[in-house]
Amino acid sequence: MRAPDSPTEQPLLELDNLRVNFHTATGIVRAVRGLSFTLGRERLGIVGESGSGKSMTGRAILDLIPHPGEVQADKLVYRGQNLLTMDKGSRRKLRGRHISMVMQDPKFSLNPVKTVGEQIAEAYRVHHKASSREAKERSLTMLEAVQIREPARVYDLYPHEVSGGMGQRVMIAMMLIAEPDILIADEPTSALDVTVQLQVLKILDDLVTSRGMGLIFISHDLHLVQSFCDRVIVMYGGKAMETLPAAELADESARAHRHPYTLGLLDCLPDLDHRKDKLATLKRDPAWLA
Amino acid sequence: MASSRDTWAGKSGRWGKIAGRELSTVAITMFGLLLVTFLIARVMPIDPVLAVVGDRAPADVYDKARLDLGLDKPLWQQFGIYIGKVFTGDLGRSVLTSNTVVDDIKTVFPATLELATLGTLIGIMLGVPLGIVAAVHQGRWPDQIARVIGLIGYSIPVFWLGLMGLLLFYAKLGWVSGPGRISVAYQDFVTPITGVIMLDAAMQGEWDAFWDAFSHLILPASVLGLLSVAYISRMTRSFMINELQQQYVIAARVKGVSEWQVIWGHALRNAVVPLVTVIALSYMHLLEGSVLTETIFAWPGLGRYITNSLLNADMNAVLGGTLVVGAVFIGVNLFSDIIGRLADPRAR
Repeated sequence: MRAPDSPTEQPLLELDNLRVNFHTATGIVRAVRGLSFTLGRERLGIVGESGSGKSMTGRAILDLIPHPGEVQADKLVYRGQNLLTMDKGSRRKLRGRHISMVMQDPKFSLNPVKTVGEQIAEAYRVHHKASSREAKERSLTMLEAVQIREPARVYDLYPHEVSGGMGQRVMIAMMLIAEPDILIADEPTSALDVTVQLQVLKILDDLVTSRGMGLIFISHDLHLVQSFCDRVIVMYGGKAMETLPAAELADESARAHRHPYTLGLLDCLPDLDHRKDKLATLKRDPAWLA
Repeated sequence: MASSRDTWAGKSGRWGKIAGRELSTVAITMFGLLLVTFLIARVMPIDPVLAVVGDRAPADVYDKARLDLGLDKPLWQQFGIYIGKVFTGDLGRSVLTSNTVVDDIKTVFPATLELATLGTLIGIMLGVPLGIVAAVHQGRWPDQIARVIGLIGYSIPVFWLGLMGLLLFYAKLGWVSGPGRISVAYQDFVTPITGVIMLDAAMQGEWDAFWDAFSHLILPASVLGLLSVAYISRMTRSFMINELQQQYVIAARVKGVSEWQVIWGHALRNAVVPLVTVIALSYMHLLEGSVLTETIFAWPGLGRYITNSLLNADMNAVLGGTLVVGAVFIGVNLFSDIIGRLADPRAR
C-alpha cells in the first residue's frame, strides 16, 4: 500500500457538500445530498447499495449528469481549478485528458460500429494534435500496456468480436491513453466473469500505481474494495456514512467504532470461514440522512 | 502475417455465403412475383381474347386468337410461356397506347424515377438533420417545431399542396416551370438515352434543357419530398433518441469528444443502420408512382400509366407495370440490405 499524501502536496480533487438533484415532474429527487471528500494520489473506494448516489458522484465530477439533473457544491476543485465556475467547453477538455472514467459493461460502452482501435485512437486525438499514424502507434502501445497479446490484430476488431475481459481492457486503454490524473472506475468488473475480474483489476491497479494517478473506485463489492483500495467511503442515500481506511473494514477489533450501516453491510456478506445459519438483513435508519 | 491472411479469406468466404443467400432470396421473391401477376391475369374477369379481337368478332376469329394466346394449354404450361416472355422482354401490347408495354414503361418509369429520387433526396437532406435536432433537443422548442413540420407533412393532402405550390411558385412568383417534364421548346433537344431527362441533357451538354427540366421537376419533387421529410425526420428522431441513451455515448463524452462529434460521429453512425431501411421504404413508396402528384403536375409517370390502364381494363399494361413495381421493390430492398450490412459490422 502506498503512503498517504504528504500534507504539502496539493490534493487532486477537493469536493465539499456535493449535491445532485433531479427536477422531475413528481418533485425533486436528491441523488447525492452533501458529499465531501478529498482525493490525493491514492485509491479511494466508494461503496454502497444501488441508488446510494455513488455513480452520480462520478458523473457529477465529470459534468455528465443527464438533463433534468443539477449539480451543486460548496467546493469542487481539481488541482486548484474551480470546476463550478468553469464553462462547458473547458470541462469537456478536462474529460479524458485529466479526469477519465471506466464504465461497467464493455459490451455497451464501446461503440458497436467502430473498431476498438479507432475508438482508442480517438481518445488520444481529441486531446493531442497527432497524425493518425502516431495515434495508432500510441494506441498499440496502450493495448500492449493492458496486456493484449496481439495488439495489431485486436486494433482492427469490432467490439462484438472481443470477449468481456478483453473489452474491459480495451476500455481501460481507451480511458488512460490521454494520461489523466484521476480515473473514476464505476463498477469496472461487475459485468465480468469472476475468472477475469482479478486479472483486469491487476492491470488497472498496475497502471494507476505506476502513473501515480488518483483512483475513485466505485463498487458494491465490499471484499473487492477492502483488498483493492486505500480508503473507503461508505455511502447510503446520497450521503457518506463514514470514511475509513480499507484495512479496517476487515478488522474485527475495530467493529466498535464502525457506523451501524457499515456493520450492517459487513454482516450481510456470507463468509466461508465462519458458517452463518442466517444472513443478517440490512437495517436502515432514516435518521442517518438527517 | 499468416493469421491476417486467414481472416481475410474467412471474411471473403462469409461475403460469398451472404451473396448466395441474398441471390436465392431475390430469385424466390421474383418467382413469387411472376406467379402472382400471372394468376391475377387469369383470375381477372376480363377476357384477354376479347381484349384483342373486340366483342363483335366472329367465333372462328375468337378461337384462333385464343389459340394464338396459348389459352388452350394447361395453366402450368401457360405460366412457363409467361416466364419465358417476361425474360425476353415481351410484356405484350397495350391496348390503350398500342405500343408494346415495354416501350411504354421505358418512357414512364424514368419520369417516376427522377421524381422519386429527387423527392427522397430532399427527404434525406432535410429529414435527417431535422430528426437529429429534434432528438438532441428532445422536449424543447426545436423538437416541437420538428413535430409540427412532421405533422404538416403527414396531414396536408398532396393534391392541395401541389395546387397551392403551382399557384404560388409558378403562377404568382414564376420561380419554377409549370406542369409537364420539360418545356415544348426544349422537347426535341434531348435524345432519350436513359429516359431521365436531366441525365440525358447533362450527358449531351444541353445545359439549357437541363435547367428547364430541373425547374419542372423541383416543385413536384418538393411536394413529394415534404412527405418524405415528415416520415424520415420522425424515424430519425426516434432512432437518435434511442442511440443517445446508450452507454457508448457517455463513454465518448468521457473521452472528451465534442458534442458535435458525439452526435454525428458516434450516435448517427449507429442510427444509420435502421434508417437505411426506413429511407428505402419511403423511396419504394415513391417509386410506385404517386398518382395524385403526377396528375396535378401532368407528369407522365408510372403511377398515372398504371391507373389509366386499370381504368381502361388494359391488362397487359397493368400487369407489366405491376411487375416493374415489384421488381423495383426487390431491387431497392436488396440494395438497402447491402448498405445495412456495410453500415453494421455485426451483420457482416
